[in-house]
Amino acid sequence: MTTQPPLAPLAPPGAGITRPVGDDVIESLEHRWLDAPGIPGFFTTVDHKRIGMRYIYTSFVFFFLAGLAALVMRDQLAGSNNNVLAPETYNELFTLHGTTMIFLFNTPVLAGFGNYLVPLMIGARDMAFPRLNAFSYWVFLFSGILLYASVFVGKLPDGGWFAYVPLTDKTYSPGLNMDFWGLAIVFVGISTTVGAINFIVTIFKFRAPGMTFNRMPIFVWSMLVFSLMVIFAVPAVTIASALLEMDRLFGTEFFNPVAGGSALLYQHLFWFWGHPEVYILFVPATGMVSSIIPVFSRKRLSGYVWIVTSLVSVGFISFGVWVHHMFATGLPSLALAFFSAVSLLITIPSGVQFFAWIVTMWKGRVVLQTPMLFMVGFLLIFLLGGITGVMVSVLPFDWAVTDSYFIVAHLHYVLNGAVVFPIFGAIYYWMPKMTGRMLNERLGKISFWVMFIGFNLTFFPMHILGIMGMPRRVWTYSNGLGWDTLNRIVSIGSVVFGIGTGITLVNWAISMFKGRPAPADPWGADTLEWAIASPAPEYNFAEIPMVFGRHPLWEDEGAPPAMPTLDEADARDPVIRSLALEGAFEKTSTITSGLDTRPSDVLEIPEETALPLAAAIGLALFFVGLLIDAVVVGIVGVAFLGISALRWLWRTDMDRT
Amino acid sequence: MTITTLTADSSDGERPLVAPTTKHVLPTAWWGMAVLITTESMIFVILLSAYFFVRASSPQWPPPGVPTPELYLSLPFSFVLWGSSLPIFYAESAIKRGSQAGLRLGLALSFAMGLAFVAFTIKDFNDLTFGWRDNAYGSLFYVIVGLHAIHVVLGLCMNLVVQVKAWQRKFGPDRHLTVDVFSLYWHFVDAVWIFVFLSLFVSEATRR
Repeated sequence: MTTQPPLAPLAPPGAGITRPVGDDVIESLEHRWLDAPGIPGFFTTVDHKRIGMRYIYTSFVFFFLAGLAALVMRDQLAGSNNNVLAPETYNELFTLHGTTMIFLFNTPVLAGFGNYLVPLMIGARDMAFPRLNAFSYWVFLFSGILLYASVFVGKLPDGGWFAYVPLTDKTYSPGLNMDFWGLAIVFVGISTTVGAINFIVTIFKFRAPGMTFNRMPIFVWSMLVFSLMVIFAVPAVTIASALLEMDRLFGTEFFNPVAGGSALLYQHLFWFWGHPEVYILFVPATGMVSSIIPVFSRKRLSGYVWIVTSLVSVGFISFGVWVHHMFATGLPSLALAFFSAVSLLITIPSGVQFFAWIVTMWKGRVVLQTPMLFMVGFLLIFLLGGITGVMVSVLPFDWAVTDSYFIVAHLHYVLNGAVVFPIFGAIYYWMPKMTGRMLNERLGKISFWVMFIGFNLTFFPMHILGIMGMPRRVWTYSNGLGWDTLNRIVSIGSVVFGIGTGITLVNWAISMFKGRPAPADPWGADTLEWAIASPAPEYNFAEIPMVFGRHPLWEDEGAPPAMPTLDEADARDPVIRSLALEGAFEKTSTITSGLDTRPSDVLEIPEETALPLAAAIGLALFFVGLLIDAVVVGIVGVAFLGISALRWLWRTDMDRT
Repeated sequence: MTITTLTADSSDGERPLVAPTTKHVLPTAWWGMAVLITTESMIFVILLSAYFFVRASSPQWPPPGVPTPELYLSLPFSFVLWGSSLPIFYAESAIKRGSQAGLRLGLALSFAMGLAFVAFTIKDFNDLTFGWRDNAYGSLFYVIVGLHAIHVVLGLCMNLVVQVKAWQRKFGPDRHLTVDVFSLYWHFVDAVWIFVFLSLFVSEATRR
């Protein structure tokens, strides 16, 4: 494995984007923008970059915890009739693993990348609602802590990550176990929703002049689709888990057929969110792929319009496929046929994207550095996951393999392979921008190969096990079924995969201390985040850039645009001022009109504040009160939330306009 | 320090790319509220879907022993709630004209109407002969109507905040975004009640 030299930019770095600013100016800008040092700054920051990195680091803590749970489960399944785990513990571990991966790793880690990158990619100085951004992080953190508090009281949720009734109602799950799950899900949904609102408004209103919708980086497009899907889908899971909790805590009868309720209703509600959720995770991952592949193919992305159309149509179609998770529930066959057909339909936009990536690589000159290796790995894994997806969308096949390891294999190929591989690629690609230090290329490549081999060793044999009839969610199996060897391979593979992810963790830890300092644009990339220093300065852009094409840093046609001096009238116009260096000193964001991105207004970026943290603590107390059935705690929580919200609203920028 | 930069010709060569737009552009706070309302609407869409799903799979609806909802009181009070949007329209137009008194009057009137509706809901809940633990119908009825009532109460709290600010004369002809954003939320609360009322009250009371 040879290490590649740094990629040569396609155009002079930052040509026509940002002009160099003097050191003295940088120093005074930093002085203006830096958070308070130490602990106070840690709790009060509203900087989207700090919050974004926090999201990423926190969710990786959950990633490794969920991974450990998986390794313990694989230890139990490594041989027939094993006794490593009690059946109850096994139930707890797979519930914790699934819940953590979906709610506490995949969704928030993508939100973290979005948080860090979206304002940089669109040329803004922060998100639209920086305090709300801090709030959504704290809510995410506290909901994770709430779920993991179950570990410390020894009452882990044990009803599966989708918590079907009647198993999870009070009769069959009497302990606090599922309450941890239900409340944490409602809680974390607030974080996801608030984050999505922030993304939507940021992307609509904060794009730099010239960055019209048809010039927006694909990753920003994918975060927009992600957020719109969240807005429409997450209410369903919030209601599913909230109604479940009401059944459990207050004795309502939503899901109790004896009292006129419907157990099937729960499945409809859950999967109405659950399937869009798969694409909520997958769409930003493909956004990362579409950002990284062109850079390492040294070519503009092929089929930009096709890819955007695919992303948006995936967003729509994904709301019409949820019943394919319920093919085995005895629904009318017309409904099944419809949902089977729509599920097949979704392969078209996915295929379009796939071919656009292939064409980009084919026509370009592929440079196999670590981020690109992960992308190629992603393509292979996604191909397999996609093919099994087509298979299970066909009714008879689904009936044959439902609730078997075939489904486990399929869902890990799409959710682990096709989402986690892009995320790891993104770590190698964007970490230098975040920390200012390069990750080690050699370790990165080793990590990729170990992960790739481990991944396929783990999940490929599961297809075969599933077809052989091995059911999922069962803690052991008897010998003589012929499943021993494959299960042994799977368990070995899971260890290999775990080691592979560990190598990246070590790589990150080393790079934090000894990593090569990252230049502004180590990859010769095309988007705006590479026009500024690494790590990104607190103020993002001293001057708001102007955008003249889809690949701002690759637009090498002609000389950079002329930049005449602002006359006195312009200098007095607050909107023009906010675009210029003055705006960075005055800590303002420029609002632009949605379609033609003309500057239209100025917004002050709020100073650091502890209010988001206080509001999140209030909300956490409310959920704790519900959990331990302590009315006082709940009321104190609501009061705390109310007072914080009131103070928040009391002195607001809104009163100025 | 001198102000330089950033005025450059756009690719169309017509106007500079950074020339501020002359069109009216909706502010971020308005957008934030609009998206929040979208996701909140989705909550009610899903709850009402759940209601009709359970209704469709039940042999008798409302279940035996549960009276159908009445319209004699609920209809007039629904009109009180929907009508409470009118003073808000008035308050908005008043502050745009610079009338502080008009703003305060509109907000106060709307507050009183909203409060009357909440009072009716509490009375209605008190008079119901079934509880939310009795059957799925009761659970759905209480939770959907109750959740809407919570939204009304939240709107009343916001109204209070805006009223206090109005008394402090924080608003004026070109400073009324807070009022606009609040009014958006209040209209949403009223609009949701159209669907809840039609689904839970009218569609049941008019069914033979």
